[in-house]
Amino acid sequence: MSVGPPLAGGRRHCASVAWSGSGDDCVLFPVQHASSIAAISQSREVVRPRHAAVVRVTHWLITVAFLALLVTGAEILTSHPRFYWGEIGNINTRPLFTLPIPASRDTVPTGYSYVLPDQNGWSRYLHFEAAWLAVLTGLLYAGFGIANGHFRRNLLPAPSDLSGRSLASDIARHLRFAPPRAGDAGSYNVLQRLTYLLVIFVLFPLVTWTGLAMSPAMEGMFPGMVTALGGRQSARTIHFFVSILLVLFLVVHVIMICVVGFWSRVGPMIFGRVPKPVERL
Amino acid sequence: MSGISRRKLIRMGVVGAAGVAGLAAAAKIAEGYGLVPPDAGMLYGPGETLTYAAQRLLTRHAMAREFSPNEISEDPFANEVDPLGPEFDRLRAGAFSEWRVAVDGMVARPASFSLSDLGSFPHSSQITFIACEEGWSYIAEWRGVPLAHVLNLVGALPQARYVIYRSIQPDWWESIDMADAMHPQTLLTLGMNGAELPIPFGGPLRLRVPRQLGYKNVKYVTSLTLTDSLKQFGKGLGSAAPEGGYAWYAGI
Repeated sequence: MSVGPPLAGGRRHCASVAWSGSGDDCVLFPVQHASSIAAISQSREVVRPRHAAVVRVTHWLITVAFLALLVTGAEILTSHPRFYWGEIGNINTRPLFTLPIPASRDTVPTGYSYVLPDQNGWSRYLHFEAAWLAVLTGLLYAGFGIANGHFRRNLLPAPSDLSGRSLASDIARHLRFAPPRAGDAGSYNVLQRLTYLLVIFVLFPLVTWTGLAMSPAMEGMFPGMVTALGGRQSARTIHFFVSILLVLFLVVHVIMICVVGFWSRVGPMIFGRVPKPVERL
Repeated sequence: MSGISRRKLIRMGVVGAAGVAGLAAAAKIAEGYGLVPPDAGMLYGPGETLTYAAQRLLTRHAMAREFSPNEISEDPFANEVDPLGPEFDRLRAGAFSEWRVAVDGMVARPASFSLSDLGSFPHSSQITFIACEEGWSYIAEWRGVPLAHVLNLVGALPQARYVIYRSIQPDWWESIDMADAMHPQTLLTLGMNGAELPIPFGGPLRLRVPRQLGYKNVKYVTSLTLTDSLKQFGKGLGSAAPEGGYAWYAGI
């Protein structure tokens, strides 16, 4: 078992700014349980929080917004579980694919003899309200991350970690469920960094873009936003797939947190660091 | 927690309180500038207000995308239509020669137009898509009289802020603000794809608001009312959509 000095900072990304410390949110390595408890019991002596207050607040706001978007998005989807490519698509045109689920509208051919309850009204209201929360929170987080160096310090991988051999070895270690290397416990490992960067700078902007591309007023204002994607129905289809990827991220993220010790990861994301009662874990 | 975090927390609290106070002031100002939708008082009002205000600031004069003739959908989907009732059947038997659309409210010269009156006004045509809130869409060529022309003809009063429009179907009535009402692509539509507007698509008269979703594009329009406030109509939420749980503003 290799447990680095907990919270002593990453082996190469530690910063001296007090609150930034190490961004030990969720190591993708399944740290053995005893090691995380060892890390926790020592953490009380360290004054700096693992996560900056802005990171913590925006993390949970995004969590709430994402869950609302997910539930309402799934509900909106059931009113027309068919997907198309290009500008247009309706029940008289050939779909790209159809989800094998019943629909909430009786005009859609689904193969099911029943129609789901229609909940689109509040789902749409809440979807767009949650989208505002997600985008405004995302902008706050991104502004903070750039201004303050959070991205550069905690998420940007070291160039040496990005070599093919280094990445291959990291992936192999993940596949073997190998314990983290010294220092990994106090920082994000390279696969985590790449995953978070992908979510923050690719998937999240893409899901926002494809969502906006379905707004009839916005696409009039910025037509290139739609044509670049191949059309309004293409935007809807991409919106669906990016959402699936975000759900996959959420699932892996939560599984990893449970594997390495739920409270040892969720505690710091709430309080900045692990509070005392965790010793009973 | 370190002193620095505590200071930061206090600072965030102050910023938060200032934010709330600022929002309250902003809401007051936004109301004055017509940036607050009529369903803003409902549960999802904050999100709706942000959407409507942002789009009124950004897209007030934006034009809906137009397409080329070869992009017109070959087999458009009309969606299902409830039975239209005996009055519609009677008008239809008379080839809609008695169909009239009345314009009243905040206008200098209330009037009522037949379809042939509308047919004699300057026409405009556009190839735009119509998208249902369910997710499907199609593209068609729409021909009709810009609503702005009719509103100028009856002399819309400067204090008018909304146009209410009603279908022969009693449960379907909607309203739009003057930005959408006076928009050059907002059409009292009489024709589609080079022919008369078919009944399933809203014939003989449909209001096309191409910058909003399908449910704002009311079929079988029989009357228009200009008003400075939507509070005294229906449940005071602006239109039938919010009464049925849907957003009043459907530009999304």
